Amino acid sequence: MKIAISSQGKELESRVDQRFGRCSWFIVADTETGDYQAVSNDQNLSAAQGAGIQSAEIVSRQGVEAVVTGHCGPKAFRTLNVAGIKIFKGAEGTVADALEKFKSGALAEAQGADVEGHWS
Amino acid sequence: MISGLTIALASGKGGTGKTTVSVNLASAAAAAGYEVCYVDCDVEEPNGHLFLNPCIRRSYPVNVPVPVIDTEKCIACGACGEICQYSAIVYVKSVLTFEKMCHGCGGCQLVCPVAVITEKGREIGVVEEGEAGQIAFVHGKLNVGEAMSPPLIKAVRAASQENAIRIVDAPPGTSCPVIAAVKDVDLVILVTEPTPFGLNDLGLALDMVKELGIPHAVVVNRSEPGNNLVRDFCKQREVKLLAEIADDRRVAEAYSRGQLAFLVAPGYQAVFDDLLNSIVKEARR
Repeated sequence: MKIAISSQGKELESRVDQRFGRCSWFIVADTETGDYQAVSNDQNLSAAQGAGIQSAEIVSRQGVEAVVTGHCGPKAFRTLNVAGIKIFKGAEGTVADALEKFKSGALAEAQGADVEGHWS
Repeated sequence: MISGLTIALASGKGGTGKTTVSVNLASAAAAAGYEVCYVDCDVEEPNGHLFLNPCIRRSYPVNVPVPVIDTEKCIACGACGEICQYSAIVYVKSVLTFEKMCHGCGGCQLVCPVAVITEKGREIGVVEEGEAGQIAFVHGKLNVGEAMSPPLIKAVRAASQENAIRIVDAPPGTSCPVIAAVKDVDLVILVTEPTPFGLNDLGLALDMVKELGIPHAVVVNRSEPGNNLVRDFCKQREVKLLAEIADDRRVAEAYSRGQLAFLVAPGYQAVFDDLLNSIVKEARR
């Protein structure tokens, strides 16, 4: 399964970015093969508005089936939902940690947004 | 008799005294026999009404156009999402709209190859018109939680009386709402206070009006003897300093009671009469 993890950097050792819409990178990883690549989210870092929506569009274009992140706002949630992408929140530590937790089923699927837009 | 003159009171920083100066000026103009219209464009928190106590005669909603997509006929090409600069439309498996992000430009309708996008109105606030004694009154009230204020500000300005001296109370800052309030006025009065914060934001506001090419001058509110911050700044930037209104407890007390210093604080009738005359002279220059 292809998933996207919000990250502060380009590596598996990078920290998970708690923000979905305004993370620096998405680590797009294949949970079966362990392959991964970093996708820049630079365009949304300083966006005045619509960062969550645009970020959801970016991961949707990557063809991921799930997103692993810290928190998720209402517009990002709605967009991901329509795109058919599952959202797993509450990830922390390194991207590698988050990936392992996801694979072991330790992260619960989110049923709604847990923060307001522009929360951080 | 002067008619059709538009004066905007703006500032970079909030709380410098735009409304205080605006409502007192409007009263001075009415007392001097001018036809005057007070136009409160600070639609996020209009408070001129607290001082003028207008009788509201007419109230109507202001809408902005937002797209409606016929998803049955949509061919899911994504062109609307690509043209939208505000993420108000996004294509992910199906087309999603976020009405509050929409700036109403109509771009999505133009690029849709199968013409399945129509418009509907979304209410952002109301315009209220009336009068306060001899002063014609208009203000806008933006809906709570609404970010899109420029269309409402434009509607408020459009509702102001043609032939009067229009005193436009602008919102603070230097971004789109302020620009909507000051665009094409005859004179912008930048109200500031003699503090480092006031001065910093005055600089930003000055850059803004210069960029827009609007005639402008500065009024210092809460001026203190011996404090030359703004005076020096105006000299250095070659901006006209029209007046200084003293830091006076009586003005603050009148304000806190919702009263006009022009009417209740001794000596302030002359202060605002003089200011009105300098403004009219400056605007006619």
